[in-house]
Amino acid sequence: MAPPTSSAITLNINGEKHTLPVDHRTTLLDALREQLDLTGTKKGCDQGQCGACTVLLDGRRAVSCLQLAVAAEGRVITTIEGVADGERLHPVQQAFLDLDGYQCGYCTPGQICSALAVIEEHAAGWPSAATADVRPEAGVPELSAEEIRERMSGNLCRCGAYVSIVQAVARAAEEAAQPGASSRPWQADGPGEPGAPADGEAVA
Amino acid sequence: MREFGYRRADDVQGAVALLAADPGARLLGGGTNLVDLMKTGVERPALLIDVQDLPLDRIEVTADGALHIGATVTNSDLAADPEVRRRYPALAQAVLSGASGQLRNMATVGGNLLQRTRCGYFTDPAAPCNKRDPGSGCPAIGGEHHNHAILGASAHCVAVHPSDMAVALAAFDAVVTYETSDGPGELPLAEFYLPVGRTPHRETALPSGALITGLRLPPAPVAAVSRYRKVRERASFAFAIGSLAAALDVRDGTVQEVRLAFGAVASRPWRARAAERALIGGPASAEAFAAAADAELAAAEVLPHNGYKVALLRNLVVAVLTELTEEAAR
Amino acid sequence: MTTTTTGTPAATGAVGAARTRLEGLAKVTGAARYAGEIPFAELAHGWLVLSTIARGRIRAVESAPVLAMPGVLAVLHHGNAPRVDGDYTGPLGAPDPVLQVFQHDRVPYVGWPVALVVAETPEQAREAAEALVVRYDQEPHEAEFSAGHPDRYTPQGSDSPAETAKGDLAAALAASAVVVDARYTTPEEHHHPMEPHAAMARWEGGRLEIVDSNQGSGFVAQELAHLFSLDPASVRVRSEHVGGGFGSKATRPHQVLAAMAATVLQRPVRVVLTRRQMFSLVGYRSPTAQRVRLGADADGRLRAFAHHAESVTSTVREFVERSADMGRVMYDADAHHTLHQVVPLDVPTPSWMRAPGEAPGSFALESALDELAEKCGMDPIALRARNEPESGPVSGLPFSSRQLQACFREGARRFGWAERDPRPGRRRDGRWLLGTGTAASQFAARAAPSTAAVTAEADGDFTVRITAADIGTGARTALTLVAADALGVPPERIRMRIADSDFGPAMIAGGSMGTRSWSWAVMAAAGELREQLALGGVIPPQGITVRSDTTAAIAALAATERHAFGAQFAEVAVDVTSGEVRVRRMLGIFAAGRIVNPLTARSQFIGGMTWGLSMALHEEAVRDRASGATVGADLAGYHVAAHADVPAIEADWVDDPDESDPVGIKGIGEIGVVGGAAAIANAVWHATGVRHRDLPIRPDRVLRAGDGGRPGS
Repeated sequence: MAPPTSSAITLNINGEKHTLPVDHRTTLLDALREQLDLTGTKKGCDQGQCGACTVLLDGRRAVSCLQLAVAAEGRVITTIEGVADGERLHPVQQAFLDLDGYQCGYCTPGQICSALAVIEEHAAGWPSAATADVRPEAGVPELSAEEIRERMSGNLCRCGAYVSIVQAVARAAEEAAQPGASSRPWQADGPGEPGAPADGEAVA
Repeated sequence: MREFGYRRADDVQGAVALLAADPGARLLGGGTNLVDLMKTGVERPALLIDVQDLPLDRIEVTADGALHIGATVTNSDLAADPEVRRRYPALAQAVLSGASGQLRNMATVGGNLLQRTRCGYFTDPAAPCNKRDPGSGCPAIGGEHHNHAILGASAHCVAVHPSDMAVALAAFDAVVTYETSDGPGELPLAEFYLPVGRTPHRETALPSGALITGLRLPPAPVAAVSRYRKVRERASFAFAIGSLAAALDVRDGTVQEVRLAFGAVASRPWRARAAERALIGGPASAEAFAAAADAELAAAEVLPHNGYKVALLRNLVVAVLTELTEEAAR
Repeated sequence: MTTTTTGTPAATGAVGAARTRLEGLAKVTGAARYAGEIPFAELAHGWLVLSTIARGRIRAVESAPVLAMPGVLAVLHHGNAPRVDGDYTGPLGAPDPVLQVFQHDRVPYVGWPVALVVAETPEQAREAAEALVVRYDQEPHEAEFSAGHPDRYTPQGSDSPAETAKGDLAAALAASAVVVDARYTTPEEHHHPMEPHAAMARWEGGRLEIVDSNQGSGFVAQELAHLFSLDPASVRVRSEHVGGGFGSKATRPHQVLAAMAATVLQRPVRVVLTRRQMFSLVGYRSPTAQRVRLGADADGRLRAFAHHAESVTSTVREFVERSADMGRVMYDADAHHTLHQVVPLDVPTPSWMRAPGEAPGSFALESALDELAEKCGMDPIALRARNEPESGPVSGLPFSSRQLQACFREGARRFGWAERDPRPGRRRDGRWLLGTGTAASQFAARAAPSTAAVTAEADGDFTVRITAADIGTGARTALTLVAADALGVPPERIRMRIADSDFGPAMIAGGSMGTRSWSWAVMAAAGELREQLALGGVIPPQGITVRSDTTAAIAALAATERHAFGAQFAEVAVDVTSGEVRVRRMLGIFAAGRIVNPLTARSQFIGGMTWGLSMALHEEAVRDRASGATVGADLAGYHVAAHADVPAIEADWVDDPDESDPVGIKGIGEIGVVGGAAAIANAVWHATGVRHRDLPIRPDRVLRAGDGGRPGS
């Protein structure tokens, strides 16, 4: 007998549990947009080639267009709708707003979700393709404009707002580096899932 | 995308049993290539077996000093791993140069090895393609092929393998381990990818029903001085048009050991053994590096629009080996 | 409740002060809803099926098996689709024949719509569309463009002539001490806004209602009314947030298909294009082959000027990429010749794409000027200064303002141009050769008739209604500032409502004409309202509304050469052993009238310059000769610049007053693109000594050019 082609699943999104039936073909992106009315996550290419659909899965950025919804069960999902703390914008959002880090706004939720993760990945000591020496002994590079550009390159912006996006990410990263700054408000509701890229070496 | 069943496997044996039971089944790792190909209609599985919960997500140093990398380790975790970065920096660099931060967080080691070519004819189901539809022809040979193979191709297919990671693995003699319903097995990376010949649709030597469980990277002190250089048509987030993984051990100006592998020039990562042979025991000079590259690239067969890759790879060999010679001297 | 007005308020100075976007909060929180994101009860989903042959006829659409698939509601095709009428002249001329969807069995190119599958869910529609078998009778096709194609012809009947000529070109060239005769090519380029085209259609209260992503809801509504033979008042199109357009978001097949399906099924239907489908359905920039001939005296003064540009059109509609227009404004010579020719091929119809004409044309023209400067041994800026015309070289009309030289002076100062060694191949940084280059920018400052309504509300606020579109330009915010100043109230008291065809006719966001045209209408209505309010009196509960129509005012504008100008500078690094080119910095100085919102204006200029960079190094759609289809029709195959490609780009402006212009605002959406690719190509020459006359400057092209042009190394 052919296996069933749909399932009832529960998705943990922005601290809320949603139980829904999904066609196995449904991507997380389409489940968010078409079934859960969470349309902040955008569909730019539907092929993992633009980054507009970036969300956080267990605290790590991922393209939701290539993530099947059925396979996202059990993961902690954060979308752009879950980034702000109620009415209070996340510093990354505030920086995009203040520094005009967008034009049409369609890539913006993906850029912001990606930027949140970039700041975390850097704090966890992850090198990038822009890092001259990837050996752990070399330490973590400063989150320079060049590092930000490389790390954000999975998020295309066709309006060409990259210059102000990089400025916004840099400002938010500086703020996050201040003592006492909380860059992960979305984790407050999280049930202690493995949020940070824990396998990266922390280098002081 | 046609309808399909979905099962999440709890353990390796269970996954292998599911795979053996259904010829239409495919394994789902990060999905970054498979789900895309399902959307374009290139892949039409009847059942997906999700391997995300399998206990294959560890990187461990084994007793003999080798590094064992589980098949579901993400590309991100591989590139961030301190042992990988310390002992095989070119491998970390190769992985970091691939795709985007988002995709590296999703993509697994096993899936990276098995990813399909990005040839524009292969990804368009309306186009003929011997790899996708055996016997239908290869329009790239008479059409758009400026990023196609110059080594090891055939009249049936000139597509290149898109992986950066696999190029570094080829340089470091990685061994692929797998499990089938008949038990475990392993394949050196040099034997993992099949020659193109008349069967470009047959890409790997994995037995049918096999689940890749991981990789073994043997100890390679030479890898400590290694580098991955990737040239592409965008500064980031693009597939290579030519790449090089290189490791070099130079003492007193003489090459003691060298590893060279080329990317984006063949249907598989191309271990440049002829170049390596030409260098061992000889001087670490730009002339020797160029001559070694020429020895490897003498076998190149170019099409009207991809001949630049010969010069590109030659220049990369000279540039990167020169840099590594300087690095070793410090 | 009513409020008594209190005379004339003080001017607020809103225009010219930086303001963050009104919809910024909605955009950074994900609350802003784009066309495909508004839920409707009973919504059905349409999925397009496109032709896989480049020329021929549809023999059969085998819809029966597909109709039996789960969730499938309908399969529309030429055998059963409602009739539409394409015999009209719309706001942009005769409609593109592709809008007459499913009206016949002919296929004129790969990617022509042949069927629409409508189903309950997108997954069902997609699978059914993939499963649909369409059979064709194929005919031979030709899809390959090349310079000097035997089928090329000079188009007739455009509002601007295809050809202009004065003087004896051959004689002037022969008499020139220095001659440049160079050929340039640019490839097929695509808009690719991040938001794919999406439209929902439904019948509501006897009206056809469309929720769309477009650059002008009024234009789309007019076209749909024509196509479906409806009273214009019974079509309503809205487009609140638009995820980029760049010329591609006009009336396209998806709106027509959504309306057709909603009519057939009598329920709401949404049609969203896939990224791959966008390669053939929403226009693109034609490839070009251009020849520029310049003849000059030894001191650089031009005697002969000729710019001939060839481009592609389709077999169903003529479109001319007007690459040679820029020379009609920029440079004069005794002998002056410009010519456009087109080659009809079995390909989709090209269309306007951000800085149409000027983008590819400026690459050729401003590269050729650089080549002339090299041959004359002159600084490229001095060469341009020497050839500054007194009046329009072709029209003879005076320039309303022309601050080009001011842009070059300011740009050269800030870029550090004076320290430049003009010899190529002199600077090196490790494996990188360094070079700098410059080019001029120009774009016409046109306006088109628009209407606006401004209401003084009883609560003391003001509501502005105009069928403007904010496709990322910041128009919503800019118009608010314009209205605030015109009314003399703080911007917080303005409620700006845009992008609804019910607000009346208005220009689209296109041609760098949107903000200029809409501002004009808003200023007219607001000014009159302010005068009315100055008389005092009570505002009734429904408010006091003044409507404007700028048709007469625009017609009365004196005929002049009215343009924005600019100067662009680029520094590049080139590794000739790997072929990699990296732009290290860019600077653009522009003269573009009154700048309404410096924050968003800077972003517009920089965005345009980023397009210039992307055009110079990355963008290229490749068409397969054998099939006529695009190879690699996705965003991995078609590269646009990513973060890592784009360095610190700076843009600024100089004063550009124009006393003769009642609105004083020039468009800024396109000029940033113009000249950017040339500045980069000129910098690559300066770095390497090798001219790149074919875009994009790919690594393989740099490698093939070799390092033969590297003096001093």
